[in-house]
Amino acid sequence: MNKRPASKKLVASALAALTIAASQAALAARDHISIVGSSTVYPFTTTVAERFSRATQFKTPVVESTGTGGGMKLFCQGVGENTADITGASRRIKQSELDMCNENGVDVVEVQIGYDGIVLANAKSAEPFELSRRDIFLALAKDVPNPDGSKTLVPNPYRTWKDVNPALPAHKIEVLGPPPTSGTRDAFAELAMEGGCKSFDWIAAKKKEDKSAYKAICHNVREDGAYVEAGENDNLIVNKLVANPNALGIFGFSFLDQNADKVQGSLIEGREPTFDSIADQSYPVSRPLFIYAKKAHVNVVPGVKQFLAEFTSERAWGDDGYLADKGMIPLPAAKRQQVVADVRKLSALTDLAAKK
Amino acid sequence: MTDLSQAQVRERIERRLTSRHRKEKLFRGLGIASIAFGVLAVVVLFTDIISKGSGAFVQSAIELRVHYDEQVLGIDKVDDESLAWANFDGVIRQALLQRFPEVSGRKEKRELYSLVSTGAPFTLRDRLKADPELLGQSETLWLAADDDVDTFVKSLDDSKNGFRGRTSDQKAGWIQQLMESGELKKRFNTTFFTNGDSREPEQAGIRAALVGSLLTLLVTLLLSFPIGVSAAIYLEEYAPKNRWTDLIEVNINNLAAVPSIVFGLLGLAIFINFFELPRSAPLVGGLVLTLMTLPTIIITSRASLKSVPPSIREAAMGMGASRMQVVFHHVLPLALPGMLTGAIIGMAQALGETAPLLMIGMVAFIVDVPGGITDPATVLPVQIYLWADSPERAFVERTSAAIMVLLAVLIAMNTSAVWLRKKLERRW
Repeated sequence: MNKRPASKKLVASALAALTIAASQAALAARDHISIVGSSTVYPFTTTVAERFSRATQFKTPVVESTGTGGGMKLFCQGVGENTADITGASRRIKQSELDMCNENGVDVVEVQIGYDGIVLANAKSAEPFELSRRDIFLALAKDVPNPDGSKTLVPNPYRTWKDVNPALPAHKIEVLGPPPTSGTRDAFAELAMEGGCKSFDWIAAKKKEDKSAYKAICHNVREDGAYVEAGENDNLIVNKLVANPNALGIFGFSFLDQNADKVQGSLIEGREPTFDSIADQSYPVSRPLFIYAKKAHVNVVPGVKQFLAEFTSERAWGDDGYLADKGMIPLPAAKRQQVVADVRKLSALTDLAAKK
Repeated sequence: MTDLSQAQVRERIERRLTSRHRKEKLFRGLGIASIAFGVLAVVVLFTDIISKGSGAFVQSAIELRVHYDEQVLGIDKVDDESLAWANFDGVIRQALLQRFPEVSGRKEKRELYSLVSTGAPFTLRDRLKADPELLGQSETLWLAADDDVDTFVKSLDDSKNGFRGRTSDQKAGWIQQLMESGELKKRFNTTFFTNGDSREPEQAGIRAALVGSLLTLLVTLLLSFPIGVSAAIYLEEYAPKNRWTDLIEVNINNLAAVPSIVFGLLGLAIFINFFELPRSAPLVGGLVLTLMTLPTIIITSRASLKSVPPSIREAAMGMGASRMQVVFHHVLPLALPGMLTGAIIGMAQALGETAPLLMIGMVAFIVDVPGGITDPATVLPVQIYLWADSPERAFVERTSAAIMVLLAVLIAMNTSAVWLRKKLERRW
């Protein structure tokens, strides 16, 4: 019983080793690009990152999936080695975020990279839906215009799709979608629901008088169980749809593309969600995707400039580029050229209205 | 008081006996039922994961005769610089066209080229780098097939027509043709164990995440075990029993129940923003997980110190040992098995964590296998989460395969905990 445990020595040596390692790490300059941001843009930034590192001598960029809002916070923290060089966003930067960036001395270069379609899909075993944005709004909003035609709001009374629009099947309304923290949900509310909401003139008129009330009417999703928050994982929603043919699900176009044997996209305003209909903007529920680069890092962190060049090269984001294979819908050719020119100049974004 | 005859007592006891026996049986039955439920859940979970994930351990590959043509490659010697821009794509395209000479037209050719993984050129590059003599020569190679091809081939096992997805009729025809001639086969998927993450499922592997997990756990173990054990020894053997130590004890117990994301936020504020340690590094991950596992280790270590009978301490004291000698020569060796078990359970818990790592940048796409504790890295559960969230169909089976690897690591850790306890345990 007089074996002496080595724990004391272990403590000392481990602590010493860690202190040395830590101090060295703090001194060493970062030699890889650091990218944060939206989980929707993540598959595209990672694809470019991987190709980029293989084609060049630079280290593979580290891409974190933090969500659009979280990415903006990290990105706008300031300039320096421990802040991100690039952030991905599944919506445009907000004025408040841009202000935060500018306050912290961050000059932002905006790069629109493409589009993403949001689809409402159901199982292949069921009939495809034909919806209008108005149907979507009436089926999913928390409060809807009174069915008797008066200009008042009532809590959503509709139980089945047939109640909303007699042309639709008599299934119970059951929509599986992302939670409010998700960028997809924001975009869905803005594009699909608000699109239907605006079609009521008296609500559209409210936009000028009371913007926040207007937004509340158009964006608030009902909470009585017809809309089911199914988490951020789109694969899970696909599987749930297969198990429940009466339900609809909301997710990004790439998941529809990869699961075409299991689910089908609903027609919205008579348009089927396809690669082409999203690219030519005739499918109404599509949103732009962006990456934002930090101007001050472009010539400091090795590879940022080349990474942006790779991202905006035809072989990446072109009509037949590898990003299109991954499900990103390319910008029209003229728009691409314009963005490339802007990226070369590295013109910083100062005012949102100026460049929309 | 009434006097009961012996017969009456006996009768009453017998009557109660049947009901007591029935209760006993019921209780035992309930116990067995709950265990059966647990076993059933485990069996369902394992069969689901294994049936989904076992496919990932094989991968479709296409046999091609490639010719390292100097002209197609555009190089005349083999060195790092020329290898970097040599046109290996061209070599593969040439080989595919040789195999299917009837293919013409831009669109059809594009279809044909997409049979082979986009990572295949790098296989050729590595071959040529390893053996510069090959330049100008030909060889027959098995190259990884594209993930769409792989998904299609694997789905043929389940149904006759399989899942076409984005595979066109023509491409499906080529695939059938290659399968019949034995030029397309499912081979053991070594890539899965040798590569880091990739956006292309056929090139994605868990090595980077596995190494990242091990490095993170190493940092966690090296810090949390000594600190935790020292804290436990002090609190148990030296500290006076007063209001302060009570407060500390309550706090430690509380910390054990704090949601792990809070430790991530703390790590972001202290280690990254204040000490300016690098983001995404196993060093910071290990530090954060140390904070998280310390309470567990302190609590289990104290419990195992408590279970050492006081007679041992008294006997040692009686022989004139100092306080420290008592602890290090007698109490600690006896308490060590319990402490190790606690530490391993704490480590297993740390291995499964993702939430605290989100804030410090370890939920990330990592291609390069980390070489040290300051290199960017991710961990196994994060890798699983990222793959589960990917649209590509071929990631579904890889997600389950990664879960299998994680479970294997966990089982190994827990088995070693049991083994260590059995080996070191001392009974008295």
